[in-house]
Formats: sequence, structure tokens, C-alpha cells
Amino acid sequence: MALPDGAEERSALHMSEVMLPGVGLRYEFTSHDGDHLGFVARRDGYVEVVRYDASDPDECEPLFRLTTAEAEAVAEIFGAPRIAERFADLSRAVPGLDAGQVQIPAGCRYAGRRLGETRARTRTGASIVAIVRGDAVLVSPGPGDVIEAGDVLVVVGTEAGIAGVRRIVET
Amino acid sequence: MHASLALLLELGIVLVALSMLGSVASRLSVPAIPLYLLAGLALGDGGVAAVPAASGFVQTVASIGVVLLLLTLGLEFSTGELMVSARRHVPSAVADLVLNAAPGAVAGLLLELDGVGVLALAGATWVSSSGIVSRLLIDLRQLGNRETPAVLSVLVIEDFAMAVYLPLLAVLASGGTWWQALIGIAVAVTAVAAAFAGSRRWGRHVNRWLAHPEPEQLMLRVLGATLMVAALAEMLNVSAAIGALLIGLTLTGEGATRARAVLAPLRDLFAASFFLSIGLAVRPSVLLDALPAAAALAAAGIVTNILTGWYAAGRDGSHTRGRLRAGAALIARGEFSVVVVSVVAATEPALAGPVVAYVLVLAVTGPLLARYLPGIAGRRRAVAPVGPPSPGRAGSAERAASL
Repeated sequence: MALPDGAEERSALHMSEVMLPGVGLRYEFTSHDGDHLGFVARRDGYVEVVRYDASDPDECEPLFRLTTAEAEAVAEIFGAPRIAERFADLSRAVPGLDAGQVQIPAGCRYAGRRLGETRARTRTGASIVAIVRGDAVLVSPGPGDVIEAGDVLVVVGTEAGIAGVRRIVET
Repeated sequence: MHASLALLLELGIVLVALSMLGSVASRLSVPAIPLYLLAGLALGDGGVAAVPAASGFVQTVASIGVVLLLLTLGLEFSTGELMVSARRHVPSAVADLVLNAAPGAVAGLLLELDGVGVLALAGATWVSSSGIVSRLLIDLRQLGNRETPAVLSVLVIEDFAMAVYLPLLAVLASGGTWWQALIGIAVAVTAVAAAFAGSRRWGRHVNRWLAHPEPEQLMLRVLGATLMVAALAEMLNVSAAIGALLIGLTLTGEGATRARAVLAPLRDLFAASFFLSIGLAVRPSVLLDALPAAAALAAAGIVTNILTGWYAAGRDGSHTRGRLRAGAALIARGEFSVVVVSVVAATEPALAGPVVAYVLVLAVTGPLLARYLPGIAGRRRAVAPVGPPSPGRAGSAERAASL
């Protein structure tokens, strides 16, 4: 997956969360260099890091596997809170609820139009709770707020709902 | 005093033998369940070495084994995971039920079993072994693959569907009529719904009481509560197994994680006794007679499972190889099929032979097919090294994680 033009480093990550019932959670995103990466946080504490081939996104190439202690050490090195736990807390609090980020691609037909025109909530059930534009964040946008190409929408809803919003702005 | 001496010695020998079988199983990368069943066969009536004192004990604790097996299976899954899975994969679960129950039902009719027998055999071919399959996905390092959530969704829905199927089977097997079976199902479904509502609303309180910070307290409380609920379920004729499954499904979050950890050794001991006892109940000659029929049933099961996985993974947009992998992953049969036999053991003793043979075949071929079938279908692309190569790392990590 190629990055859309104008997506700089500061644009927020498209981190998607996939539930693996009985095993754990998987987080996926495409890095700036175009690597599609997956992180599997297993319930038994192991963290697996995999990379997807651009030609066959179905099959992952296992890169490495970390124990809980190793994963924590790596997270500490980079100073980031453990994403896994953050997301796990959210989905534990409200089972079935996911949060995702959807970027408005260049050439999106809703770019320059009002948020209400996407009818995203009516069509998907997912709510857009914030619009991130560069360094600015518009929290709780109303239907009259205008979205621009390059904006990142913060969406809360079901996994399918978030995917639906992504489909709406990307097609 | 003498009886207990014989019991201690025989039990000790049996446990050591099981441990050896377990290490052979992990060396061959096959699950231990079929070997435990074979050990039971060897130790029972018509086997190579009878252990009368130990087999009595094994059969007594086998019922605790079923309870612990289903409790820990319930602990693996949460209601939240079911809801996410159900939203996307109800059609997959329906396909799974129709495709995989069909061979068992047809075989039941061909074997001229009665209604309960047909229902039991259909159930035995329907339900995959969640334990074997999720272990397999971890060992084959397929958790990152796109088809994996579809496979796991089918498993979690199957496990919850057991809450309807097992009471139905248990009531009918105990001689109940259809309306009694319906009451049994209603009780179980109400209990599932209550568990749902309960785990969302009062889950914190239940969890707080059960999930005592002391491991010993935690183990005693969870085990005690589970055995009581299991007894209650048995009293209502809906099978002790279902009571245990419900407790497992209700416990979630941190409590479930800790309960899994403290119960795992107990589960391993008692579940091994359960598989042994099932093997003990079958004469090797009966098993051999049942083998051709079971092999035919297994062959049909391989096809129907691949179709199921093909369909389920296709719903998530997987391509040919992913869909094939999903199908192959679902083939393994194990604990659930054996539990089904144990539920109807009193009324359908003739089922034990074919189902044990069927589980033996699929518990071994399932993992092997999952490992090699997608590779035969198309060559895996060469893996390009990333950054500084670290030779030998991947292999050693793989061993370390596979228990």
C-alpha cells in the first residue's frame, strides 16, 4: 500500500485492531516506508511481530517473537506506553467497541465538504469523535464542520463500522 | 491399605507413561489427546496391560476432567469476543454447522442409530477442537494471517453453540421428551443470557469474589463454584459440562487470566484422566472394527472443513491460499467430540468406538494437513532477510513458545 501524497510523518497512524478470539489482539499499520506490519499481543504475554508481503497480504512473514518482559523493555526504550494495554483496556471496558483512525485521502469526494454530507454515522453506526488536521485537533465535530484531504478522523464504533467509514471516504 | 498401595503404584506408572507419550506428541508436533486415548485403550479391557486399581480412580475423576476441560475452554473466550465474531461470522458458523454436522448425521443414519445417536454423531463431527486449533495457529505462526480471525471466530461461536447443543443432547439422552429438551435448552440459554448480562453488569463483583489475590484461594473458589454449578446443571439434566462452560464464559478479564494459570495443572491431570477413561471404555477390537467407517467419516470431514474454512476466510477477503489454510486449520477434532460421546455414554455405548477412532484420525491428520496442505497447494515465497540477519533465532523462539 503506497502512502497517499502529502501524508507526512506527523499524520496519525492508521492503527487497526483485530480481535483474535481466545488468543489475543492484533494491531496492524503501514509504516512510512510502506511496510505493512502486524503486532500480535497474545494473552499468554508473548508479542509477535510480523510483516505482510505487498503481493500477498493474507500471509504474514513472522519477524520475531518477544516475551512479556522483552516487549516491555522494548516499549520502554522507545518511551511509548504499551499500545496493547491501552487498547485492551478500552475493549475490556466496552466489549465490541473499537477506536480507529481514518485518513481522508487526496481526491476524496468529501474533501472540502461538510462532515454531515458523509452520513457516516447513519450508514455505519460509528461516530466521528475528532478531526485531526496537522497539529490541530477538532474535538466533537458537528455535521457542519468541513473536512479536508489529509485530515484524520478519529472514529469510535464497531470494527465493521470503522471499516465502513474508511470505505466511505476512500471510495 | 493394599488397595491404596496398588492404586498409588499403578497411578504413578500411568502418569509417567502419559508424560512420555506427551513428549513424543510434542516431538512429532501432534496433540497429546489421541495418545491419551490410545493409552486408555491399551490399559483397558482387552488391552495390553490392565491397571484395575488405577482405572477405577481414573474413571471416578474423569467427570471432574470434563468439568475442568470445559471450564478452561470457557475461560479462553469472552462474551465480548463472541459478539465481535458473531457480527461478522454468523453465516460462517451456519455453514460450519451444516457442512460438518452432515457427515455425522448421514453416518448415523447409515449405521441405523436412533435419533439421539444421530444427533450425537452429528455433534461429534461438527465441533472442531478449539484447544488443538488455537495451539496449532500459534505453533505455525499464523496469528498474523488475514484468515486467522475467521478461523477463531468460527471456534468461539462453536463453543457458545455448545451451550445449546449439549443440554439438548443431554436431556434427550437421559430419556427426556422433546419438550423437556426444549426446557433444558431454555434453561441453558437463559443461563447464557444471564451470564452475558451478569458479566457485563455484575461481572466486576463476581470476578472480585472469585478472583481472590491469593492463588490458592482463587483456585479453591473457582473450582468450588464450578463444581457446584456443574452439579446443579447435572441435576437439571443439562450436563455438568455445560455448567462448567458457563462459569468459564462468565469469568473475564484479569480474573480469567489468573484462573487459567492456576487451573492449568489441575486441568492437565484431570483432563488426561478423562481421555484415558474414554479409551478405557472402548475395547481395542471394537475400535479396529470401527476404523474403516471412522476413516471414511474423517475423509468427509476433511472436505467439509476445508469448504467451511474456504467460505469463512472468503468473507474476510482472503485469497486461495489463505482460504485453504483456514480450512485445513479447522480439521482437528478433539475434546468436544469426546465430551459428546461421554454425555451419551450410558444410552449410546456403540458410539464410543467410531467416535474415538474418528478423533484419533483427525486429531493427528488435522494438524499435519494444516502444516503441509497449503504448502503443497502453492510454494511459499522466499523470505527476504530484513536488516541485519539473525540466523537461527526464529527456530529457537518457536520451540520455546510451544509449551
